[in-house]
Amino acid sequence: MSESRNETRTHARLITLICLAALLFSPPLVLIFDRPAEQGLSWLPLYLFVVWLIVIGLAAWLMEHRQEDS
Amino acid sequence: MRTDPVVLTVAFGYLALLFVIAAWGDRRAEQGRSVIGSPTVYALSIAVYCTAWTFYGSVGRAAESGPSFLLIYLGPTLAMLMAPFMIRKMVRIASTQRITSIADFISARYGKSSSLGALVALIALIGITPYIALQLKAITLSHAVLVNYPEAADFRLADESFWVDKSFWVALVLAVFIILFGTRHLDASERHEGMVAAIAFESLVKLVAFLTVGVFVVFVLFNGPMDLFSQVAESPRLVGALGLDAVPGGATGWVGTLVLAFLAFLTLPRQFQVLVVENVDERHLRRASWLFPLYLVAINLFVIPIAMAGMLLPFGNSDPDSFVLTLPLSAGLEGIPLLVFIGGLSAATGMVIVETIALSTMVSNQLVMPLLLRSKRLQLSSQGELAGWLLGIRRVAIVLILLLGYLYHALIGDSYSLVTIGLVSFAAAAQFAPALLIGMYWRGATRVGASLGLIAGFLIWVYTLLLPGFAQSGWLDPDFLERGLWGVGWLRPYALFGLEGWDIYSHSLLWSMLANVGILVGVSLFTRQSPLEQTQAALFTNAMNPGLQHTSLWRGQTTRGELQSLLSRYLGANATARILADQKSSRDNSDPAPPAMIARAEQALSGALGSASARVLINSVVRGEALDLESILSILDTTSQTLEYNRRLEQKSNELAKIGEELRTANERLRELDRLKDEFVAMVSHELRTPLTSIRAFAEILRDGKDLPEDKRIHFLEVVVLESQRLSRLIEEILDLARLESGRLTLTPQKLDLVSLTRHSVDAVHRLQEDRGVTLQLDIDMDEAPVIGDPDRLEQVIINLLDNAGKFADDDDPKVRLHLTRHKEHFRLSVEDNGPGIAAEERERVFEKFHQIKRLSSSAGKAKGRPRGSGLGLPISRGIVAHLGGRLWVEDAPQLEGACLVMELPQAPE
Repeated sequence: MSESRNETRTHARLITLICLAALLFSPPLVLIFDRPAEQGLSWLPLYLFVVWLIVIGLAAWLMEHRQEDS
Repeated sequence: MRTDPVVLTVAFGYLALLFVIAAWGDRRAEQGRSVIGSPTVYALSIAVYCTAWTFYGSVGRAAESGPSFLLIYLGPTLAMLMAPFMIRKMVRIASTQRITSIADFISARYGKSSSLGALVALIALIGITPYIALQLKAITLSHAVLVNYPEAADFRLADESFWVDKSFWVALVLAVFIILFGTRHLDASERHEGMVAAIAFESLVKLVAFLTVGVFVVFVLFNGPMDLFSQVAESPRLVGALGLDAVPGGATGWVGTLVLAFLAFLTLPRQFQVLVVENVDERHLRRASWLFPLYLVAINLFVIPIAMAGMLLPFGNSDPDSFVLTLPLSAGLEGIPLLVFIGGLSAATGMVIVETIALSTMVSNQLVMPLLLRSKRLQLSSQGELAGWLLGIRRVAIVLILLLGYLYHALIGDSYSLVTIGLVSFAAAAQFAPALLIGMYWRGATRVGASLGLIAGFLIWVYTLLLPGFAQSGWLDPDFLERGLWGVGWLRPYALFGLEGWDIYSHSLLWSMLANVGILVGVSLFTRQSPLEQTQAALFTNAMNPGLQHTSLWRGQTTRGELQSLLSRYLGANATARILADQKSSRDNSDPAPPAMIARAEQALSGALGSASARVLINSVVRGEALDLESILSILDTTSQTLEYNRRLEQKSNELAKIGEELRTANERLRELDRLKDEFVAMVSHELRTPLTSIRAFAEILRDGKDLPEDKRIHFLEVVVLESQRLSRLIEEILDLARLESGRLTLTPQKLDLVSLTRHSVDAVHRLQEDRGVTLQLDIDMDEAPVIGDPDRLEQVIINLLDNAGKFADDDDPKVRLHLTRHKEHFRLSVEDNGPGIAAEERERVFEKFHQIKRLSSSAGKAKGRPRGSGLGLPISRGIVAHLGGRLWVEDAPQLEGACLVMELPQAPE
């Protein structure tokens, strides 16, 4: 019983992460970071890479964490 | 070192190495020591997603349209995050149904329909051909750049015959290699462990190659990323290159490409092959869901630096698609360019191998076999001949697919850059998504709806992406791009229905998906499913339901012998023996085959031929209704309903248990009350009878004894009077108690001073106590104690307490102490005596009705003329005090060591 509840919790977290990632990768949030730095280059690529790595990190934590639980 | 012989030797050496790895993987698989049983290898095999398009084309796209190349990888990242839900379900379905390809999957979902399977296979063939052409182009182009540098690479198609064209030979070599590689034997499960191992290896090679170039460019050609980007910032030509402005279609194009990549990642035949068909363990998805995105980050890390560096350096007018090669070549290096070439070759061959195998499986299982089976031309006489047929069909298919790719490349390959070709294929593959995904979650999707939706989406793709491509390469009249078909303005392929300002891919995706999904849903709502379709729909949508695993669905009848001959004809003797082996039933071939065996036979055939053909074959030997549709549907319905019922039932039974518990306590309380009532009645009668008996006795004496002495008569009369008083007091008390308990006791609460009330009460009992020889001590700490109460009743309580104390005080030297004190917001009046006290367990019981404490020397007390109590005083007192919002309880006497009764009343508000 508690195991399946754990499963449900992990699923809920994962769904939230997916929604968050989809939101962060799309306009209008992307537009916010599409502005030039002092030197003139856009922050956008850096923003995308940083968010990408954070999302992967969170996903890895969720997946491997659950493995320990069960 | 960059001469043709060296390059060719290295390339062929690399292909040979791949072959060795694949052979080793297959050998290990046969020995049962699989090399691909690891989530890491699984994740690397998924990286077949990164083709030559990624390897060379990403840089080109970054140079031309800024960060939009990243979308091609962000889409799959989102898809992989969903792996624990979506892809896991696909894997589960594919393994229970022995699915061999995406065409098989869709065909199986919609009632194992041969026509739908064939449609999917055809669309895949047409849609993926440009993608294969792209790989051929990449290999040829990179080879040309490598060999010819620094002269301009002559990769334009010569007007000479095709045998002079290198791409043709590349296609042929690859075809031979894939035939050797992928169709060495026909596995019933259609898994290619060796191929997966080789693909995983290739993924490592291309990653290492790309990272090497990246590090070289950033840290050798430039002094680290800061140096590179500060130089870029100084070049006005490049300043805007990384912003959203460079992305075609702006924000709309951004979302469109993201969605396109997301859908294509799931529906490209090669991705379906590695993700679903080649998955050996569904638990691998967990690791792969983050490891594969990490791979994508790694391989994209240096794309922007390389693109920027390529545009910055003086030779920047060369094709951005080959920056990865030309940058190290410009530095005069020999080794790194060769490594890059091998990396690109890895990326291209990996894609071509998996894609071609997946497509050839589709062609043989979904296009050719159903036709052969239907035409009855295929008369298999000897055992296991089918394997030969299938392998033959697949080998021919492989050659044809690659030649088709070459043809596309030769005819229109030059008019597009690498990325553009790739996205055209993505949009074609995305057409499978509605049938696949909606079919997995919506049971009502029908075969007709899915087929029509697919056809509509595909036609729009052809019109908005494929034909314009032909037109741009001069194959068709480019006029219709500008003016629309037949000059109709709203039919312009890049601005259908007047929708302008979108990039061509988002535009095509929007219209094709609208048509595809709309028709799929709309038609499904108005068409009926065949029984088999219903079953398959239920099995697909409920795939994660554990109750389905062991359900046997067959009800038709056939004999073991017939089944055996069918299987051995198509799968060979060994496989047949394996399928029929662990049946414990009789070995007699004329016995009916058990349902489970028929189901396994169909599964085994599906693994080799696809579900539609397997169904045709099984139906040819099984008589009667083959599948127990009613029961499977009812199983599915009941399992979900039962779960719901169980949940509700549990809820109800919990409620019932709670109500039962409440009822039981109520019943116990009623019984207790009933018992108390009986006791009360018994005691009341007893208590009433005692004085009544003595009154009657003395009255009779007085009536009969006329000659009684005067003093005796007076004494007797006094007894009668006393007993009558006692009787009336008792009745009064009983009435009080009855009123208290029924809540009809009328109190007239008023503000009063407890101090004066106490003094008044003491005065009232003082005489009596003195008569009994009781010493009464008064300790009153204050002058005034305002409380709310009924003065008569409170006085009754105090007198009762004093009276009780007097009765139970020590026989020889009775002492009683009354103490009135303040305690927080309350006043406490305690009355203690120096008697034997009350045992702890008796302390609550003294407040029960008629409870009389057994005195150790009750006789002595009586002798002193102290009457016993009725046993009602304390219950009544507690009732009154409680009515006035106070408490009454027993505790240890602080000074006189006997019992102490404490009354507490709240202070009256000012």
